[in-house]
Amino acid sequence: MIFHIELFIPELYLLALIGGLFVLTVGPQSWWRFLRYLPLAAGVGIGVAALSFQFSGLMLYGAYQVDGLSQFFKMAIFLGLAVTCLNAMNQPTLSEEKRPDYFLFLCLSALGLMLLSSAVELVTIFLALELASYSLYALIPLRSKEPAAAEAGIKYILFGAVVTALAMYGLSYILGVHHTTYLAELVTKTWSWSETPAALIGIALFLGALFYKLALFPLHFWCPDVYEGASNETAAFVATLPKLGAVVVLVRMSSLLDPSMEVTMLLAVLAAVSMTFGNLSALVQNDLKRLLGYSSVSHAGYVMLGIVAGTPAGLSAAAFYAVVYLLMNLACFWVICRLSTDGRNLKLDDLNGLYQRSPGLALVLAVSAFALVGLPPTAGFMGKLFLLNSAWMEGYHWLVIIAVLNSAIAIYYYLNLVRHAYTRDAPTDVPAEALAVPNPGLLWGGLLAAAVLWLGVAPGTLFSFAQLAGATVGVGP
Amino acid sequence: MTETGFPVLSALIFFPLLAAVGLFFLRDERTIRLYTLVVGLIEMGLAAPLFRFDLTTANFQFVEIMPWVPAWNMNYHVGVDGISILMIFLTVLLLPLCVLCSWTYIGKRVKEFHFCLLLMIGACVGIFSALDFVLFYIFWEAMLIPMFLLIAVWGGPNKRYASLKFFIYTLAGSTLFLAAIVAFFVNTGTFSIPELMTHEYAFNFQFWTFLAMALAFAIKVPMFPFHTWLPAAHVEAPTAGSVLLASILLKMGTYGFLRFCLPLTPAASEYFAPLMITISIISILYGGAIALGQRDMKKLIAYSSVAHMGFVTLGIFVFTMRGVEGAIMQMINHGITTGALFMLVGAIYERSHSREIADNMGLGKYLPAYMFFFGLFAIASFGFPGTNGFVSEALVLIGVFEANYLLGALTIPGVMLAAAYMLRLGLKLAWGQPSQAANWKDLNTREWVYLAPLAVLVLYLGLMPTLALKTINPSVVHLLNQYETRKALHMESSLQPEPPAQIVQLPATRGTDQ
Repeated sequence: MIFHIELFIPELYLLALIGGLFVLTVGPQSWWRFLRYLPLAAGVGIGVAALSFQFSGLMLYGAYQVDGLSQFFKMAIFLGLAVTCLNAMNQPTLSEEKRPDYFLFLCLSALGLMLLSSAVELVTIFLALELASYSLYALIPLRSKEPAAAEAGIKYILFGAVVTALAMYGLSYILGVHHTTYLAELVTKTWSWSETPAALIGIALFLGALFYKLALFPLHFWCPDVYEGASNETAAFVATLPKLGAVVVLVRMSSLLDPSMEVTMLLAVLAAVSMTFGNLSALVQNDLKRLLGYSSVSHAGYVMLGIVAGTPAGLSAAAFYAVVYLLMNLACFWVICRLSTDGRNLKLDDLNGLYQRSPGLALVLAVSAFALVGLPPTAGFMGKLFLLNSAWMEGYHWLVIIAVLNSAIAIYYYLNLVRHAYTRDAPTDVPAEALAVPNPGLLWGGLLAAAVLWLGVAPGTLFSFAQLAGATVGVGP
Repeated sequence: MTETGFPVLSALIFFPLLAAVGLFFLRDERTIRLYTLVVGLIEMGLAAPLFRFDLTTANFQFVEIMPWVPAWNMNYHVGVDGISILMIFLTVLLLPLCVLCSWTYIGKRVKEFHFCLLLMIGACVGIFSALDFVLFYIFWEAMLIPMFLLIAVWGGPNKRYASLKFFIYTLAGSTLFLAAIVAFFVNTGTFSIPELMTHEYAFNFQFWTFLAMALAFAIKVPMFPFHTWLPAAHVEAPTAGSVLLASILLKMGTYGFLRFCLPLTPAASEYFAPLMITISIISILYGGAIALGQRDMKKLIAYSSVAHMGFVTLGIFVFTMRGVEGAIMQMINHGITTGALFMLVGAIYERSHSREIADNMGLGKYLPAYMFFFGLFAIASFGFPGTNGFVSEALVLIGVFEANYLLGALTIPGVMLAAAYMLRLGLKLAWGQPSQAANWKDLNTREWVYLAPLAVLVLYLGLMPTLALKTINPSVVHLLNQYETRKALHMESSLQPEPPAQIVQLPATRGTDQ
């Protein structure tokens, strides 16, 4: 067994963090002040992952591959983790004694996602996915005095368990037909309905588990409910990082998806339905987190454009979009978490007059909403453009048309966020001082918004990273 | 870099954007207005190198090109030709005038207002100078955000409805335009507009891309069935918003037709020309007829815009030299006169707090200077000889008659309608009764300052249009030559099988890791 320690640096770093957090959970409360350095430590992780970009190789009997793609996503996961930890620092609905545990689970989930980004063997993928999920099963109901939280937790666990079981079942089919679980070997096998129908069913079931994470139609039903039930800070995590994990595995598995394969067409149809269904449902939402839940269903559809295209261009576009989605969604949740000082769920009307109460937050919200629509000059536009280009190149003209028409639908509800913040007045029966939003950490929200704008103006650097990621997907020898 | 060494177009695009950031450090409202005014004057100074524009060539000048996203062959690529340079001059001129006409009109959120104004101007210069398709689209969409805010925050009582309608209508229209851009890229492997113009496209491809682009442009213009957002947006927008909307935004649509539809999809333009001409004539007649019945001054001018822009699209789609030249002149002239008319409506609104014609009558006796300007711009608006409107309308009409007598005959009632509604408005304002005008003051110095340059332009372009026409001419000749030859080429080659589409490849992929 080959084990190169230098290939494992980001994971080891995160493991060390988790170890530290474990000590905090069992240690005396006076140690908990160290918790506030966690975002910084996670931020350092971005650098650690960036340093390990130079390494690449296979290890653990070829089940674990370190390459451009994995390192790219590990960097993104550290970035997301740093922001979500920072965001969750002063979580109002979390009882004090659970704080270290909360962050322990966050980091464990991130570790699972990190392993996921390097896994190139179905069982390894499955295990990494489970590690990422189990932590979330514990996190979602971790919200004191809120019956909806328990309901959301149960929903996530039960549906997650069913999907997991189906994925395992699918895995057995693949193994039974093709006698291997290594992606590298699976690529060389035949995947067609006429020759190996069982394997095709197997891969469809296995992909289902990933679609569940990605909240792609028809496995999206948990998404709005879980967002609504989880606390704002947890929702910010659930809405962003697991999506990255799902995208990275889909990018890897897309080498299995030959354009001639029937599954690809099915995926294209799912992408189209997902976009349309997510957007139409979001139109009527009043609860902000539900709205973002349905919007993430539609964004899952957008990412699939790149996966369906399956070319290096498409995969790098998908990788780019996943990171952009992480940034813009985090910026949006950042505003929600700052605004909801008592941790309750916000309605659209709670945004009224945000402009007067906190101009900075209003601006961050506007930037992230316009980015989510895909309006220039934000990164959301660039990401969408890359996706559309790659899908059109592979001849999915109808899918591109559906995607752009969907942006037209999406305008309404995203613009609604901006309208409430900028053109409605704050409620007059409450004194203005009571409504004024304190701005701690506005700087970080501003940085997120600035990143979204910067990547819209100059997407070159990140895209060349993403290109590296897309180019290295050729699994194994 | 440019031939002058100074990146004049980039300076014009980015100076207002940078200056907008500077606003954050200012607090006092008066300082903010003065600051923006100075920024506007500097911006005009920055445009001065554009006067070195070479009138003898149809090539793009002041070109700057820099790699932007190499992986997708996107470049930061700007430049101007005879079609766009005048629009840039107009845009730059409007910034200080808009600041001046909002001096007392805008009383709340002054800083944000000027912020939006500066963003608008930067984006609009960007639109008229972009030579990269993605860059164009970015400016095209980016300009919607400040415009949306201008209407939504500083607008009239119905601002929410109007701003939402404006935003969704125009953005929804341009989503398919994005699909067309992607299609062009995948077909040719480039986003560069000059390069795209040298390619040949299959008719089927032209057919669909023309439709996708034309929808976006027709909404922006706005042409007849897509015009409903315009009156709402105009009526609710603050004065400066209406001015920018009328003078620049509407021109983006017709500019798009000239820049993209004719050169890129000549065969489809030819194919759809009867439809476009029909819609243009309907716009002219319909806009004029509806304007005749309006009681709200802003609505009247808004509907007159529908009619005037109908002349522009008509001139473009008859494909004669005079028609296209007239169309471009009409774009400029409509920008000047309608912008000025909206400023005048804003000025009288500050006195009467009403836009109803009935509330603003009898100005001839008490506000002679106001009526002088109003009369001048009104007669320019319906194309009175000696004013700029006459030059462009006459050119378009000559172009239309050259193409087809019947079409020309159909257009004439539109010209008469324009005279009718403008004269009716002018008469009522000047001599109507009863009058509250006795209590109002005539134009003050500030109002003189922002109206006078436009009045000078009206007379200058009306009496001596030679320079403007010389600027436009080479580009129009080139555009039409190219259009004719490529249409002919297409006719010849239409029977032969299509050459395979060239597919772009991303740079070579890195080897698999081991």
